[in-house]
Amino acid sequence: MLLAILSDIHANREAFEAVLAMAEAAGAERFVLLGDIVGYGADPQWCADRAMALADAGAIVLRGNHDDAVGNPSVSMNPVATMALEWTRRQLGPQARAFLAALPLEAQDGECLFVHADASAPHDWNYVLDAEDAARHLSASHARVGFCGHVHRQALYCTAPGGKVTHFRPVAATPVPLLPQRRWLAVMGAVGQPRDGNPAAAFGLYDTHSAELSFQRAVYDVEGAARKILAAGLPAVLAERLAEGR
Amino acid sequence: MVRARLKPGDVIDGFLIEEIAHNGGMARIWTVSRPDIDFPILMKVPVLGEGDDPAAIVGFEMEQMILPRLFGPHVPRFVANGDFSTLPYIVMERLPGASLYPLLERLPLPPEEVVALGAKIAAALDSLHRQHVVHLDLKPSNVMFRDSGEAVLIDYGLARHIHLPDLMDEQFRLPYGTAPYMAPEQVLGTRSDFRSDLFALGVLLYFFATGERPFGDPQRLKGLKRRLWRDPLPPRARNAAIPPALQEIILRCLEVNPAWRYPSAAQLALDLQDLSSVKLTARAEKMKRDPLSMVLRRRFNPVPIETVRPQTAEAQLANAPIVAVAIDLAASTPDLAEAMHRTVARILENTPDARIACINVLKINRIAIDTSLDEEGRNKHVLRLVELRSWSTGLPAPGGGITFHVLEAVSPADAILEYARENYVDHIVMGARAESTMRSMLGSVSGEVAAHAPCTVTVVRNRQRPD
Repeated sequence: MLLAILSDIHANREAFEAVLAMAEAAGAERFVLLGDIVGYGADPQWCADRAMALADAGAIVLRGNHDDAVGNPSVSMNPVATMALEWTRRQLGPQARAFLAALPLEAQDGECLFVHADASAPHDWNYVLDAEDAARHLSASHARVGFCGHVHRQALYCTAPGGKVTHFRPVAATPVPLLPQRRWLAVMGAVGQPRDGNPAAAFGLYDTHSAELSFQRAVYDVEGAARKILAAGLPAVLAERLAEGR
Repeated sequence: MVRARLKPGDVIDGFLIEEIAHNGGMARIWTVSRPDIDFPILMKVPVLGEGDDPAAIVGFEMEQMILPRLFGPHVPRFVANGDFSTLPYIVMERLPGASLYPLLERLPLPPEEVVALGAKIAAALDSLHRQHVVHLDLKPSNVMFRDSGEAVLIDYGLARHIHLPDLMDEQFRLPYGTAPYMAPEQVLGTRSDFRSDLFALGVLLYFFATGERPFGDPQRLKGLKRRLWRDPLPPRARNAAIPPALQEIILRCLEVNPAWRYPSAAQLALDLQDLSSVKLTARAEKMKRDPLSMVLRRRFNPVPIETVRPQTAEAQLANAPIVAVAIDLAASTPDLAEAMHRTVARILENTPDARIACINVLKINRIAIDTSLDEEGRNKHVLRLVELRSWSTGLPAPGGGITFHVLEAVSPADAILEYARENYVDHIVMGARAESTMRSMLGSVSGEVAAHAPCTVTVVRNRQRPD
C-alpha cells in the first residue's frame, strides 16, 4: 500500500491542497497526518475540516503540539506562536476544536509507528534534530519504521542491531529502500511551513510492500497563502518566511 | 534467519540452481536459470555465519540496495533480490569470460594494451559516476568485459550511492577497501569522492604497465597510510617502454590530493583515448621518487586532501564538464567571434575544471576520397588548427586543459554530433550562421545540432543593432 505521510500543515490550505493533489496523482492509497494541522497559517478551519474528512475516509490523523495548545490554555509558546494560537482559537468552530483535542498522540500500523514529535515521550514534544535524538526515539519504540514531524526539515535516521544511529539528508524524489534488517526513523518535514530553505511543501510517500520511502516536494501558491496571513492580521513574519522556506 | 543449504536442482523463487561458479569467503555464486529470462544469470548468496565480519552483511545489503538502481552497458543487469528473512540473494546477469584477474599472470602488459583497457574502464566509471555511485573497490577482479567490448564493473559491496544513506559510514571504525587500490582519502574514511575511483584506476594502470603495485599490499592501517606521504617509483623507471604521456596520466591519477587528480572519469577517458592530447608536466619526465628530505617534510606537514562531502560530490563533478566549442572560421564575423569568446570565458569562470575542445569542420565533398591526404588537403588541415589556436588566445586557462581538432566531414552537423557522442561532451557552444540565403537554402547547422545533441547546446547569436 502506498502511504502519503504529511506533517506540520499549519493551517496552510494552499500547501495542503497541493500536497494532497500530488499524492493522489502518485497513487497514494492512504493518508497519514502527523499533527500540527493548525497554527501559524490563515486557514485553520478549512484544514481541520479537510483532516476530518480524511479521517472519516480512513486516514490516520495525529495530534501535534499546536493542535494540543488550541484546547489547552496553560501552554506557553514563543510570542509569535502565541499570537497565532490566540487567533486560531477564535477561528475554529466547536466541532473542529473537539476533533483536534481528541486526536491520538501516536498510532501504529503494521511495522510502522507514527508520532508527531518522538516516541520516547510523545507529549513532551521533543525535537529529533540529530542522531542522538533519533536514538532516544528508536530505543523507546519497537516498531521497525518510525515517522515523525515537528522539526520542519526532512531527515532519515537508521540503525542496525547493536550499531550506531546514522543520519542522512534525503534527496527529493529518490526512493530509499528502508532495508528490513535495520530500523529507521524518518522526519517528514513540513507541508505548511518548510524551514530548510526550500519553499516547496514537504511530505513523503511510503510503499509498505517494497519498503521504499521517497521524500517529496510540492510547489504551491506561496504568495496566496502569505497574502491571507497578512490579511488576517497575523504577524507578518509568518507570511514572509513562507517565500524563503525558513 | 533460515540458513538454507543450496544444492544443484533446488528451485528458489522460480530460479533453478544449476552449479556453483565461485565459492568465496564473502559469498557463493551459483549459475541459475528461470524460463522467462533469456540471458545468462547468476545468483550471489552471502556466506553469513556467527562471528563473521559484519561488513560482509552490510556490504551485501549495500549491493542489494544499489544494483537495482543501476543501468547501462557498464553494470551487470539486475534481476531479483531475495528476502533477508528467508534467503538473502541477488540474481544478476552473468557476464561472459573472466575478469581482469587472470591477466595478473602475464604482467606487465604492453603500454598500448594498458591504455586501451584504461580507456574502457574510465568510460565505465564515467557511466557509474553519472548514476551517483562511487565504486570504492575498483580492482582487476571487479572488471569484466562484454562481447561488444564495454568494461563492466561488478561487486557493489563497498560502493556508495550519493543519494542513498551510507550503511557503511560510521558503522565501522576501520576504512574498508582493497589495500593496494585504496585512495588516501578513503584510507582516512571519506566515502563520497568520485575521484577515489580514479586513484584506484591509476593503481591498476601502474600495476598493469609495470608488473608491480605502486604501494605494495600493506596489511595494516599504518602501512596503508604510507601512501599519504611516500610517492611510488615512477612507472617509466620500472618499464622504459611506457610513454611519457601514460606516466603523466598514471601519476596524475595517483595524486594524494583528489583535487590534483583528473576532475572526472570522462576527462581521464578522453586522455586515454588520445595520448597525443595529454598535456605533459613534470610528472611525465620524473624518473626517481621524491628525495628523502621532501618525503620527510610531507610526513610531518602532510599534503592537503581537498575532498568533498556527499552533498558537494556532484557539484565537484559538475564543475568539470567537457565543452566542445564548434568554431566556423569562414562564416564568423568579428562580432560573433567575440561573443563566442565571451561565452566560453564565462563558462570557464563558472566551471573552472572544464576541459575545452575547440573543433572545426573541414568540409569535404564526398566520403572516402583522398583529397585530405594530398598536399593541399594537409595544408588546409594544419592551417585550420593554427586558426583554432589563434581564436582561443586570451581565453582563461581551463583546469581540464584545451585541445584543438579539425574534423573532416560531409555534414558539419553530423560531425559535431558524432564528436559529442564519442567524447563525453557535456556542452556544445557554437555560433549561429548569419541570416543569409545560405541558411535558408541549407538549413541551420546549429538548429540541427541543438535538436539532436546528447547534451546542452548554447547557440551564440548577436542581437541585431537597431538601424
